Amino acid sequence: MLAFIVRRLLQSIVVMLVVALVAFSLFNFVGDPINNMVGQEATTEQRAELRERLGLNDPIPVQFLRFVGNAAQGEFGISYRTARPVADLIAERLPATVELAVTSAAFALTLGIVLGVYSALNRYGWTSRFVMTASLIGVSLPTFLIGILLIWIFAVNLQWLPSYGRGEVVDLGGWRTGFLTLSGLQALILPAVTLGLYQLTLIMRLVRAEMLEVLRTDYIKFARARGLSNRAVNFGHALKNTLVPVITITGLQLGSIIAFAIITETVFQWPGVGLLFIIAIRFVDIPVMAAYLILIALFFVIINLIVDLLYYLVDPRLRVETPAARTAA
Amino acid sequence: MGASQSNSQQGPLNSRQGQAGASEEAPHGRLHRIFDSDIWHSFSHSPITVLSAIITLLFFLAAIFAPLIAPYTPFQAGSLHLMDGFTPPFEQGMSGNFYVFGTDDQGRDVFSAIIYGARISLLVGFCAVLFAMVLGVTLGLIAGYRGGWVDTVIMRIADVQLSFPAILVALLIFGLAKAMIPRDYQENMAIYVLIISIGLSDWVQYARTVRGTTMVEKNREYVQAARVIGVRPAVILFRHVLPNVMGSVLVIATIGLALAIIAEATLSFLGVGVPPTTPSLGTLIRIGNDFLFSGEWWITIFPGIALIMLALSVNLLGDWLRDALNPKLR
Amino acid sequence: MMAQTDSSETPLLEVLNLRVEFPTRRGTLVAVDDISFDIKPGEVLGVVGESGAGKSLTGTAVINLLEPPGRIAGGEVRLKGQRIDNLPQEKLRHIRGRQIGMVFQDPLTSLNPLYTVGYQLEETIRTHMNMSEGQARKRGIELLSEVGISAPQDRIDQYPHQFSGGMRQRIVIALAVCANPSLIIADEPTTALDVSIQAQIIDLLKRLCHEQGTAVMLITHDMGVIAETADRVAVMYAGRLAEVGPVQNVIKQPYHPYTKGLMGAIPTVGQKLERLTQIDGAMPRLTEIPSGCAFHPRCPKAFDRCDTERPDPIAVEESKVACWLYDDARVLSGETEQ
Repeated sequence: MLAFIVRRLLQSIVVMLVVALVAFSLFNFVGDPINNMVGQEATTEQRAELRERLGLNDPIPVQFLRFVGNAAQGEFGISYRTARPVADLIAERLPATVELAVTSAAFALTLGIVLGVYSALNRYGWTSRFVMTASLIGVSLPTFLIGILLIWIFAVNLQWLPSYGRGEVVDLGGWRTGFLTLSGLQALILPAVTLGLYQLTLIMRLVRAEMLEVLRTDYIKFARARGLSNRAVNFGHALKNTLVPVITITGLQLGSIIAFAIITETVFQWPGVGLLFIIAIRFVDIPVMAAYLILIALFFVIINLIVDLLYYLVDPRLRVETPAARTAA
Repeated sequence: MGASQSNSQQGPLNSRQGQAGASEEAPHGRLHRIFDSDIWHSFSHSPITVLSAIITLLFFLAAIFAPLIAPYTPFQAGSLHLMDGFTPPFEQGMSGNFYVFGTDDQGRDVFSAIIYGARISLLVGFCAVLFAMVLGVTLGLIAGYRGGWVDTVIMRIADVQLSFPAILVALLIFGLAKAMIPRDYQENMAIYVLIISIGLSDWVQYARTVRGTTMVEKNREYVQAARVIGVRPAVILFRHVLPNVMGSVLVIATIGLALAIIAEATLSFLGVGVPPTTPSLGTLIRIGNDFLFSGEWWITIFPGIALIMLALSVNLLGDWLRDALNPKLR
Repeated sequence: MMAQTDSSETPLLEVLNLRVEFPTRRGTLVAVDDISFDIKPGEVLGVVGESGAGKSLTGTAVINLLEPPGRIAGGEVRLKGQRIDNLPQEKLRHIRGRQIGMVFQDPLTSLNPLYTVGYQLEETIRTHMNMSEGQARKRGIELLSEVGISAPQDRIDQYPHQFSGGMRQRIVIALAVCANPSLIIADEPTTALDVSIQAQIIDLLKRLCHEQGTAVMLITHDMGVIAETADRVAVMYAGRLAEVGPVQNVIKQPYHPYTKGLMGAIPTVGQKLERLTQIDGAMPRLTEIPSGCAFHPRCPKAFDRCDTERPDPIAVEESKVACWLYDDARVLSGETEQ
């Protein structure tokens, strides 16, 4: 168990270093950082001085180490666009994104698993056929269009829910949450549904496919032949086996919620890091782009780690064999 | 075991027999063989697939013949009637012109804009898929044939890229390109940058499939024999390995086209795609989005519906193709 | 056959005119067509035939475990005189495992990999018997030791993947017998195992059933196993019953031309090396079952009638044979065995 965790941690660190290298190259070789910071009017001396102060004259490996060291402490330099520390910008906006992502993940997971199991168990019923057809449309719908359609229906025509922003937020020691106010919760509904809908359809289809696969296996047939109750067969045996592969893919899907949050945040003008990133791309604000890249990578690595651990806990076969067997499973 | 298994094998056995039967009747001609084949059977027996094919075909035709079909030329400054701005659907503007889907703020016909927009969307989608396909197939062939460290490096990159969502990769590449291309050229280069970003974000699938087949195929006797008699590796790959993967590649490409169209629309919607001077469906939706609240819903909803229909049709076609060509690809 | 042995004894299982169908897009396939047989308490009935003959489907149809769209389209299944083929699933569930145990072909896939052997045993025991967790566990350990697993008190907490194939089949058998059923349907129980282990598993099955008086429906294509184990044999061909009879008759003196071909294809130790006979052609697919007797295109003795009329089982001594060669008229005129 311990060896497994250590191994995974080491792999994660390698991935993070590679991403840091990409971010660092972005930072150093795309455009001239000095030009980006001081503007056209600065004198040559000013430039040289800034160059020295930023350590841009040091050998590249030294610069990279410093970059990694700074990044590890949450230091990503100054935003070209707003002239404020990138770390502050991100810290300000992270709560909005995290709350949005968590809500939509919870929405997608619960409903996705429930609908998936339901439509697998009642595969010939008309409700499950309807759900399947609807989900096919759901998979083909671009996230931003879902958002626009929801806004059009619920904000413009019905006027039930707000269409942009987070509503009122409460400051909890630096973490500004929208969970505690009515307007905050209302503002969360449309973006969370928009962001979660795609994952929901994906999880649902996956759970359904896996469950159907499992229901065909010999051990399920044998479980029925042993006279176990439907409940024991479907939920005790089939569901647990279904969840093993579902955990991995779902985990990775949840990771992409953060990425898709970029789109949702743009549609709903949700003040999170995704919106920050899009604006950074439009204005070529490289420090913000680099910081976002590292943040996303960190998020993915953590999710992967959790998925691996869960996998390890659910499937007894992994506890005896080598962790490498996971790829084969 | 037993009858249940033999029963499940019935389908494929039958189909093989059906094809064999068809080839015996070769004198009836190629066309007959197509209509007698299993693929045609599964196609014509799935109404949804036929409908999807028709819709896709209509979009293709509309895109190719846009100047002939579109009632107006929405992106030539001189031809616009500003006074017709915000005409609702199915109504005549002040100038007396009729607009099926209404007009936008500048009096542009939304229907014509959709046709021209679909043209850009399909163009970008096609080029991106082609780029991804060429890149992915080539890398897959190389990785599978050479093996060793070349394989390791290519597949590692693929793994890392695959763990990030394609749209994020495309955004990053787009951002990078934007940082490197001088500001003056950005407008003109945007469409190429877009194609390359989407293409680069989507090559992994091809590479993985092709690599797998290549690794199997290269150990076959006939490939070994070809190598022994001194046929060049490139020739072996193109003659023997490539035909084996074309079915799978076609399926990936079809589904990839739907994904690329959506990716393009998304990037354009985010304001980092094609510029508003030559709008794609995504750009149209973004422009129209600003008017959603003031009641001019048609400017954004109609391009939205067009995008959904296009993406859904291509997706359904891809789904069907996957099941028809190789049910195991799932 | 029943007439001359003890007819007073009611059969444990009666299958009457059973028919199993698979509706497909290209028409309905009849996988098991009008089959009748019975099994007496404690008796071992071997069911043989080529793969695809419908043996396994007959076995699964008995406890109504057919996978949709497969379904029982006709006939009756009676257990101890009571019809069970039309029972609702919930009632049937109390027969499965409790009255009729089942052993499947592949022990590697029959056990749920995510649960310990003990969990699966206790779960089954407690489903059918009124026992506490502790009692069920104790019985589970006893069962494991009965099926020949050493150190059962330790191994009960292990997962299926920690056992070898043969050991897993022993566990599967333990699961099948854990509620003392009166019938076990063993569907190719040794096919997936090493030859060296096959005999052990068959011995185990024989011993357990003998001790408890359990009847067995042994589905296999291995005539050696049948010769050694079965009391009676049913031979299936293309979803139909070709011949049923006492094992000695069927093996030594088969009546149906198909059975003869089947027996001719088996090498016997000690026999002088003759050429093994072989039946020309292959069993038809379910989509193209010939008219009349399904075997007639391959049958060396087929005549006109075989092409047009389907033979019903005809009693010949202790056997029943579905072949026109044994129709009264012919038997009387002495044309059968030349």
